[in-house]
Amino acid sequence: MRFAYLLLLPTFLIVLSVVLFPLLANFWISVKPVQLGDLRTPSILVNERLMDKLEAAGDEGTIRYRARNSSRRSAITDITLVDTVPAGLTILTVDERCTLQATQITCALGNFEAGQREDLLVTVAAEQAFIDAPINVKDTDPVLTFDPENILTSWQFTLDNFRQLFASNDFWPVLRVSIYYTVFGTVGALVMGLFAAQLMNMAFRGRTVLRGLFLSPYVAPVIAVAFAWVLLLDAGPGGTLNALLQQLGVIDGPINFLGQRSTTVQVLGFSFEFPVALTWVILFEIWRYFPLAFLFILARMQSMSKDIYEAAEIDGATPLQQFWYISLPQLIGIMMVLFLLRFIWTFNKFDDIFLLTGGAAGTRTLTVNVYEQAFAVSNLGAGAAVAVVVFAVLLVFAVIFFRFSPKDDG
Amino acid sequence: MRIGNIFILCLIAGAIWGAIYTLLITLLALLVTGVEFQPQLWQGMVAGTAAAGVLVFQRPAGRDRRMLAMAGGVFIAGLLLLTGLQPLGTGLGRAILGQVVFIVLLAFVLVQTLHLTALDLGPGHESRYNVEVVILRFFKGFGLVFFTIAVALPFFVMVMMSLKNQQLLLSDPLDFSLDLSQGAAALFRSYIELFGQYNFGTFLLNSAMVSVATVAITLFFAVPGAYVVARLKFPGQAFLSRSILLIYMVPMIVLVIPLYAIFSQLGMRNTLWGLMLVYPATTIPVALYMLQGYFRGIPAELEDAGLMDGLTRIGVIRKVTLPLALPALASVALYVFMIAWNEFLFAFMFLDNVQLYTLSRGIADLNTAEVPRQHLMAGAVIATIPVLVLFLWFERFLVTGLTAGSVKG
Repeated sequence: MRFAYLLLLPTFLIVLSVVLFPLLANFWISVKPVQLGDLRTPSILVNERLMDKLEAAGDEGTIRYRARNSSRRSAITDITLVDTVPAGLTILTVDERCTLQATQITCALGNFEAGQREDLLVTVAAEQAFIDAPINVKDTDPVLTFDPENILTSWQFTLDNFRQLFASNDFWPVLRVSIYYTVFGTVGALVMGLFAAQLMNMAFRGRTVLRGLFLSPYVAPVIAVAFAWVLLLDAGPGGTLNALLQQLGVIDGPINFLGQRSTTVQVLGFSFEFPVALTWVILFEIWRYFPLAFLFILARMQSMSKDIYEAAEIDGATPLQQFWYISLPQLIGIMMVLFLLRFIWTFNKFDDIFLLTGGAAGTRTLTVNVYEQAFAVSNLGAGAAVAVVVFAVLLVFAVIFFRFSPKDDG
Repeated sequence: MRIGNIFILCLIAGAIWGAIYTLLITLLALLVTGVEFQPQLWQGMVAGTAAAGVLVFQRPAGRDRRMLAMAGGVFIAGLLLLTGLQPLGTGLGRAILGQVVFIVLLAFVLVQTLHLTALDLGPGHESRYNVEVVILRFFKGFGLVFFTIAVALPFFVMVMMSLKNQQLLLSDPLDFSLDLSQGAAALFRSYIELFGQYNFGTFLLNSAMVSVATVAITLFFAVPGAYVVARLKFPGQAFLSRSILLIYMVPMIVLVIPLYAIFSQLGMRNTLWGLMLVYPATTIPVALYMLQGYFRGIPAELEDAGLMDGLTRIGVIRKVTLPLALPALASVALYVFMIAWNEFLFAFMFLDNVQLYTLSRGIADLNTAEVPRQHLMAGAVIATIPVLVLFLWFERFLVTGLTAGSVKG
């Protein structure tokens, strides 16, 4: 038993650190006012300057240390500055926050608010040695110790991220687009997969080649096929599909397939807005993931017993009846599993839409919105809040999945 | 008696196929030669109907080679007559040899399709069973053509665009004819430039390194884990094998913000090590799930025999279980390789340094107005070829492995 745990431990640790811990960290970030820029640790910048010109021995001058909190958003605590005054300068007075030890001054500056700046003044008198060989005071860098407040680890919380998210005008449209994309993408891929599996379940020459071809959209890198589609659907002068349709006389001018939000369609006197870009994004999703459904359904079909079909033949069942009453009932199990898993995976999908449209023209799903908020608007907290919503919706799906998880999973 | 429902159905099929093939072959001719052909749809439809009539009017036994040729001849003659000797929409004078080739091809595929649709049936009246057979044959043929084109078209465009130059692409986007006289160096100019000026050699190497490392790490962790879950009894086993499934439903996009934040602070963000940590963590659960299913299928008696002969548990895993599970290991390795090679999100978010780019990250940078689009497509081809070749080579393995337990995508 100890052996079992020992073998599982490494797996457990790596999954814990890269999946589970970040998952919790995401919840943490979602309730913090953290911007992308906050990832750079704030620090104290000091500018040291001799204010007066010292021309003869005995001249007095002031050295000014100007310390500034580089971060505009977070405070820094326990700041101490230690510096050595160059030889040849006699220290006359020091700032009240500083103590003097020989030529070394030590200043306890306490805490700086975000963006706060303070000046420290030290007056000195020049000796002859300094006049003979002046030394730039900047040559001795002040040593700073401080405790930066890291917004990521502080105990400062806010619900603003969620408040903004739900108050913003595009939260519900984004959720709706996500659901459309997921439902149509999943069902489409499944139906196409079923159709393709029917085709491949018969013997003909070149079947192996075609099966390899049918699987390739799923195997090829998403970035390669997404850009191929982008150029295929381009509305500019090089777009293949637009040129083709114009050559055939189907359309007059180019259509911006991936950039047009919607077009008005008249059906039976009703006119409604048909989403153009979203449809193409869904078509891409179907194109890319029907192979998976195809593969699983085909595997299930090939494992079916032939006897029952022979019996049905003898009883005079037609091909359609055989499909409807024998094949389909046996495929329902695997199709349910595929539907639920694909549903969740389509909902999680980010790369495809991001590469095709970047979320423009009414194709922004929740996952694209995570990226948009966190990295385009640079508000990590807001992005994490969207990610929490993604996760919450997913949890609902997962519960459903486990409720219906059939015993027969391919 | 001689003419029945099958004959009518085949006439309809002839009409539809006539139109479809005329459209497709004309477009193919257009793309390959660059000559502006126009599909002659209704003429193709009528000629297709005529060819179907000639062919299916025969009894099945009478449809020999000569008969097929005759049907093809009827189609070509019909098309020529109806279009006024412009079967592809332009005068026969332009690229005459090419036109002849495409028209013969058109007639050939049409007659073959009709022959297969009506195989062993017609022309008389048949039962509902055979009517359905003919209709289903039609839809199967249609499905094959539809899927083949839908799947292949983007890949075709990808490869062809990568071999053209920007000027030609913009001025004549439908001309995918290849000018072979310009020599290999000119033809593959985009590829040469990508490797020469855009560091694609480095990207290729980085991608390979990260993917192979991911495979190695994944197997190293997943094999013992899967074995334990499949074979040994311990408290929490059932919970574990279920929660593995849950982990592969966690969306990457939810992990990307915290990992970005944490890796930034630890200085691990802009490194390949970061990817080599993240990729295995996401693939190990999948691999574990696939492998445990396979391990369960290996008879426990074999292992018990090994134990009896004095092998330790580790010895049994090494000498008995793993050799038996080799096909599963191969498929898991391939699948993990595929995931790591194709991964985009983390590579895109993590890597800033050009020297560290993987292929996915490198191609993302080509998508700007300054880089000509044939370079973008050449990059896409470079990224696609290794994974596709590997996949087609080991397709059998991958298919069994995939269907053994994973539905990740």
